[in-house]
Amino acid sequence: MTGAGLAVREATVRFGPTEALSDLSVSVAPGEIVAVVGPSGCGKSTLLRCIAGLQPLDRGSVLWDGVDLAMVPTHRRDIGLMFQDHALFEHRSVRDNVGFGLKMRGRKAAERDRRIDELLELVGLGGFGNRAIPSLSGGEAQRVALARALAPSPRVLLLDEPLGSLDRARREHLVGEIRSVLREVGQTALHVTHDQDEAFAVADRIAVMRSGTIERIGTPERVWHDPGTAFVAEFLGHNVISTPEGPAAVPADAYRLVPTNGLEPGPPAVVFDVRFRGDHTVVTVDTAEGERVRLRTGEPTSLRPGDAVGVEIDPERVTPLGEDPNPA
Amino acid sequence: MRPRSGSPLVIGLLPLAFLAAFFVYPLAALFVEGFRFGPDEIGGVFSRSRFWRTAWFTVWQAVVSTAVTLLISLPLSAVVGRYRFRGRSVLLALVTVPFVLPTVVVASAFLASLERLGLADRFGNSAAVIIAAHVFFNVAVVVRTVGGYWRGLDDRPEQAARVLGAGPIAAFRHVTLPRLRPAILAATSIILLFTMTSFGVVLLLGGPRRGTLETEIYRFALNRTDFGTAAVLAIVQLVAVLGLLVVNSWLARRLTQRERRGATARPRPRGRQWLGIAAAVVPVMVFLTVPMSALVERSFRSGGSYSWANYRALTDRPPLLPVDGVTALSNSVRFAVAAMAIAVGVGVAASVVIASSSRAAHLRPSRAERAMGWVLDVGLLLPLGTSAVTLGFGFLVALDEPVDLRPTWIIIALAQSLIGVPFVVRAVVPVLRSIDGHVREAAAALGASPSVVRREIELPMARSAIGVGAVFAFAVALGEFGATSFVGRSPDRMTVPLAIGQLLGQPGQQLRGQAMALSTILMVATIVVIMIIDRNDRAGVL
Amino acid sequence: MVLRFGFLRFRFLRFVRLERRLLAPIVALVLVAAACGSQDEAQDEVSRDACTDPVQAATAIDRDVDVAGTTIRLATHGSFALSDDTLAAFTEQTGIEVEQVGAGDAGTLVSSAILTKDNPTADVLFGIDNAFLCRGLDADLFLAYESPELARVPDEFELDGGSRVTPISYGDVCANYWFNELPADPPTSLDDLVAEVNRGQFVTQDAEVSSPGFAFLLATIAKYGEDGWEDYWRKLLANDAAIAADWESAYRGDFIAGGGDRSIVMSYASSPAAEVLFADPPVDEPPTGVLFDGCFRQIEFAGILAGTDHPAAAAALIDFMLSTTYQNDIPLNMFVYPVVEDAMLPGVFVEHAALASDPLTLDPTTIEQNREDWLDQWAEIVLA
Repeated sequence: MTGAGLAVREATVRFGPTEALSDLSVSVAPGEIVAVVGPSGCGKSTLLRCIAGLQPLDRGSVLWDGVDLAMVPTHRRDIGLMFQDHALFEHRSVRDNVGFGLKMRGRKAAERDRRIDELLELVGLGGFGNRAIPSLSGGEAQRVALARALAPSPRVLLLDEPLGSLDRARREHLVGEIRSVLREVGQTALHVTHDQDEAFAVADRIAVMRSGTIERIGTPERVWHDPGTAFVAEFLGHNVISTPEGPAAVPADAYRLVPTNGLEPGPPAVVFDVRFRGDHTVVTVDTAEGERVRLRTGEPTSLRPGDAVGVEIDPERVTPLGEDPNPA
Repeated sequence: MRPRSGSPLVIGLLPLAFLAAFFVYPLAALFVEGFRFGPDEIGGVFSRSRFWRTAWFTVWQAVVSTAVTLLISLPLSAVVGRYRFRGRSVLLALVTVPFVLPTVVVASAFLASLERLGLADRFGNSAAVIIAAHVFFNVAVVVRTVGGYWRGLDDRPEQAARVLGAGPIAAFRHVTLPRLRPAILAATSIILLFTMTSFGVVLLLGGPRRGTLETEIYRFALNRTDFGTAAVLAIVQLVAVLGLLVVNSWLARRLTQRERRGATARPRPRGRQWLGIAAAVVPVMVFLTVPMSALVERSFRSGGSYSWANYRALTDRPPLLPVDGVTALSNSVRFAVAAMAIAVGVGVAASVVIASSSRAAHLRPSRAERAMGWVLDVGLLLPLGTSAVTLGFGFLVALDEPVDLRPTWIIIALAQSLIGVPFVVRAVVPVLRSIDGHVREAAAALGASPSVVRREIELPMARSAIGVGAVFAFAVALGEFGATSFVGRSPDRMTVPLAIGQLLGQPGQQLRGQAMALSTILMVATIVVIMIIDRNDRAGVL
Repeated sequence: MVLRFGFLRFRFLRFVRLERRLLAPIVALVLVAAACGSQDEAQDEVSRDACTDPVQAATAIDRDVDVAGTTIRLATHGSFALSDDTLAAFTEQTGIEVEQVGAGDAGTLVSSAILTKDNPTADVLFGIDNAFLCRGLDADLFLAYESPELARVPDEFELDGGSRVTPISYGDVCANYWFNELPADPPTSLDDLVAEVNRGQFVTQDAEVSSPGFAFLLATIAKYGEDGWEDYWRKLLANDAAIAADWESAYRGDFIAGGGDRSIVMSYASSPAAEVLFADPPVDEPPTGVLFDGCFRQIEFAGILAGTDHPAAAAALIDFMLSTTYQNDIPLNMFVYPVVEDAMLPGVFVEHAALASDPLTLDPTTIEQNREDWLDQWAEIVLA
C-alpha cells in the first residue's frame, strides 16, 4: 500500500459522539484529479482538513509517497488549499497574495515576480497584480485564490467547494478553466464539492461520500453507469426501482414516453409533474407499479399533470444495485 | 497533532511576566511589608456605618454613571459606526479629548461651567455632578469601542431582518443589538471599572459627603496614615473588582460570536437621516464641549482681554514650577510614548494568547493555553480597577531591587502602561477573534508557520485595532496624574498634569490662565494625534 | 528580598494553575498579611507617647567625608519650589547634586516615607509639618542631626527635642475674604463665620484630605477646646458653610477668586501677596484680606532619612536650607516664611502678607494621639 502520491488510510475523526470520518481510505495518484462529492455533513471538508493537517486524526494515517505525515505541520506539507470564501489576505495586494507561498518558501523576488505574472496570466488576470483584494469580483477573487494556491507548485492541491459562491454561468466557465489549468500543470488535486456536474467536469475519478465513508469511487463513467448503491444512484439523480432481481438504478434518460391509447396491457402511468429545462424536459410520473420516477426527454411534449402516458425502459440501462452497506 | 513552535504559551510569558513583576509583586509586597492589618482593623472597618455607606455609594454611582454613559453614547456610536460623513474624524477626536484631560482640570472646568450656568447650588457636591463628570470622561470608551465594532459589522443580517418585515427599531433590537453585545459588554466593563475606582472626580467634585472605596483608601492611607484600615479597604475593593471581572469574562465568553468583519462601505447620510444624526450628536457634543470651551476661553483671557499672553508665558519657567510649560509638555509626551510602546507590546502579546485560547473547540487550544488566556484576560484588567494609591505605594515598596526604578522616569511609564494595556487588549482581541479561520489555514497551507501567520496575516489585519488601542494607551498615559505624583517632582520628570495641578495650587489669576493654556495645549495635541491616527486607519476599525 | 521573590513565585504558579480558583491565593495572601500584621502591631505601639522627647543620643554624623560629587535626593511635596539658581548655588558650594522626588501632598510624602523606610527613595525629606510630625518621628524615619545653623532659629520652632527634624519654614493657615463681595464688614473672629450675615459665604477644605482643611480643624479645637469644637462645626454647617475637597477646588472653585460665589475661604495669611504678585491685570492692592483670628500655625521641617547612604551630604543640605540664600528664596516660591531671624522678606511680603500675632497651635503629640478620633468625630458631624 505504499503507492506514489497521496493516500489516506482508515482515517477516523470523532467530534464528540459523532464520527465525521469512519475508517475512510482513499488515494490520489500523482497528476490525478479526484473529486469528492456527497451531501452536506458527510465529512468531505473534514477529509480535506485531515489531509491539510488542520484536523488531527483519531485513528488512521495520511501518507505521501508512503511516508506518514502525522508529524508534519500544515505549513510543511507542501499543499495548496482553496476555499469557497477564497480566504484571500485582504490587507495585501493581488500580487502579494499570489506570491505569499513563494515568499514562505524563500524564493527570490525576481523569481517570485516571474512566477506571479505567469500564474496571473494562466488564470486570466494578467495586469491585476496591483489591485486591492476588496475591489475584485467574486470570480476574480476565485481566480486569485487559485493562482495563489498553485504558485508554489504544491504536491497536491485541495479545493474545498471552490466555486460554491459563484453564479451558474460563471461556475461552469470556471470549472472548465480550473480543469484545463490543472491539466496544463499536471497538478495532483482533491476537489470537494456537493455539485456532481462540477465533479464530473473536473475529475479523473469521483468518490461519493456518505456519513464519513466513501461509498463509491471510480471514473465518472463507471460511477454514473454503475452507482452500486441506492444512495449513490439517488445522489446522482438516477431513479431507483424494484425489479424481480432486486433494486436497480435507472438514469432519467433511459426512459421513453409513448402515447397511450388504452389498449396496452395493464394500466398506464400518470403524469405528476412536467418541468421544462431548456434543452430537455423532466417529467415525473407515477407508474402502475406504484413508483414515482423522473424521466428526461429531449423532445417537446404537451403532457400536463394528470395525463395518462405509457413508459418504456431501455433494459440495457437498468443496473442492478448491490446490498446497501449502510442502510439508512 | 498541533505545531508547537511560536506557541501562545511562549508568547504569553511576556504579558504574564509583566503582570507578575509590575502588578502582583508590588501589591503583594505592599500587603506584606506595609499595609498590614489584623482582626481589629477588619472588625473596625466592617462595623463602621461609614464603610457600608461608602460601599453602597461606590456601586450605585458606578452603575448609574455607566448606564447613563451607555444611554447617551449608543446613538453616537451608531452615527460613527453606520455613516461616513465630513467631520466624522473631528467628532471622534473631540469625543476622545475628555479622556486625556487631567482630573484636576476637568473638575475645575466642571465647577466653572456649573457656576456659569447658575447650577452650582443645586448640583455642587452632589452625586449628579460626579455622574456627569464620569459620563464626560467615558463617552469616548463607548463611542470608540462600540462605534468601531459596529463599523466593522456586515450589515446584511439587518437588511435581511428589514426584508422580513422588521422596522428599523425592531431590526436594531433583535438583530443589531445582539450582535453588538460583545462590544457593549467590553465598554461596560471598562467603564464600570473606571467609575468604581475613579478617584479625582469623586474626591474633587463629591466633597466629604460622597466617598467611594477609592477615596476612602486615600483618606486613610495618606492623611490618617492608618495603613491597616486602608489595607482592608483595598482588599475589599480588589475582591469586588475581581468578582466583576470574573463575571465579565464569563459573559464575554458566552457572547463571543463569529462575525464577518471587513470594510463594509458606509453610506453618506441623506435627507432625514441628517436629522437623526443631529439628534444623536448635538446634545452630547454640547455636553462635552461646554466644559472644554470654558477652558479654552479662560486660557486666552489675560488682563481682562483676550490674547496669547498665557501661552507666551509658558516658555518661561513660572515661579512655582521646576520647569517651563514646554519642557513639561515634552516630558509628558516622552513618558506617554514609552508607556504606549510598553502597552502595545504587552497588550498585543496578551491579545494573541487570549484570542487563540478562546478559539473553537476543534482547533483544540490546550488546557494550559485556555488557563493562560483566562488569567491574562482577567489579570490585565485588574490594574484598571486597583486603587491608584495602593498601586503607587506598591511600586514604591517593591521596585527598589534589583534595580531601584523608583527615582527613574521608567517607573512613570510602567505605571501608565499598566493602565494602557487593557485598552490595547480590548481593541485587538475582538479583531483577532473575528479573523476568518480559513484565512489562517490558507496561509498555513501556503507554508506559513504559526508564528509567520501571526506576523504576516493576523497582526497586519489587526493593525488598525492596535492603533486604536495605542491611542487610548497614549491618551490615558498623557492625562495620568496619580502614579506620576509619587515620583514626578524633578525637572526631568515634571509632566503637564502635574504642572497644571501646581499652577492651580496658588492664588493668582495669572497662574490660573497659564494652567488653562497648558490644558488647552494638551487638548489640541490630543485632537491632532488622534486625527492623524484615524486618517491612517485604512481597514476602518475606527 | 530573595525570600520575598520565592514566596511570590510560589504564589504565582498557583495563580496560573488554579485557573478558576483565583480567589484562593488572594485569600491566602490576606491571611498571611493578617498574620504578619497582628505579630508586628505590638512593636509599633511602643514609642507612641511624647514623640518629641529625645529618645536617642544624637549619633554624630561624620562630617569629615568628601561629599563633593555625590548626588542626593530630596523628597518633597508638590508645593515645593525654588528659584533656578538656589540649588545651583548649593552644588557650587559643596559639589553635591540634588535631585527632587515626589510631587504628592504632605500626606503622601509622609506615608511614602514610612512605607519605604527600609529602603528610602531619598536622603533628605522636606515638608513634614507639625500636624504629621509625630507620625514621622514615631516611625523612626529620621537620623538625629543638630545643624550648627539652628542657632539662628527661634526656639519656638524647634518642636523636636531629639533634633531629628529641623524647622525650615512656617506660615499661618487663615481665612481669607474677598473685599468687594463681602455681605457685611470683614469678619474679625471665627465666631463671625457662624453669624447669620455670613450665611453661605464660607468655604473650607476637607479635613481628611487637605492640609489647610486639617489645620482649620485643629484651629477650632485649639480655640474652642475638646468640648466646644464640635458645636462650632455644627453651627458652621448650619450656616451653610461649604466643604471643598482641597485648596484648589475651594479657592479656584467656590471662592470668588475662581468664579464661585463665596466670599470667605480657608487659605494662608500670605495668599494676598500671591494675589498681587500673580495678578492679571496687575494691581497695587490685593483684592483679598485675612482674618487673623483663629489662624493655625504650620511649621515645616526637614530631616535626614534614616536609610541614607550619604548622611554627610544630607547634613550639608540641611545646613544649606537654613542658609540665607535658601531662606530668602522661600517666600516668593512657597508663600511661607523663613524660620531664620536674619532672612530678608521680599517687598510684596512686607506689604501684603502678614503673620497672626497670636496664632493657634497644638502640641504634635496631642495631635498624633487624637487625630483618628477627631477626624472620626469631624466626619460624623460633616456627614450628618
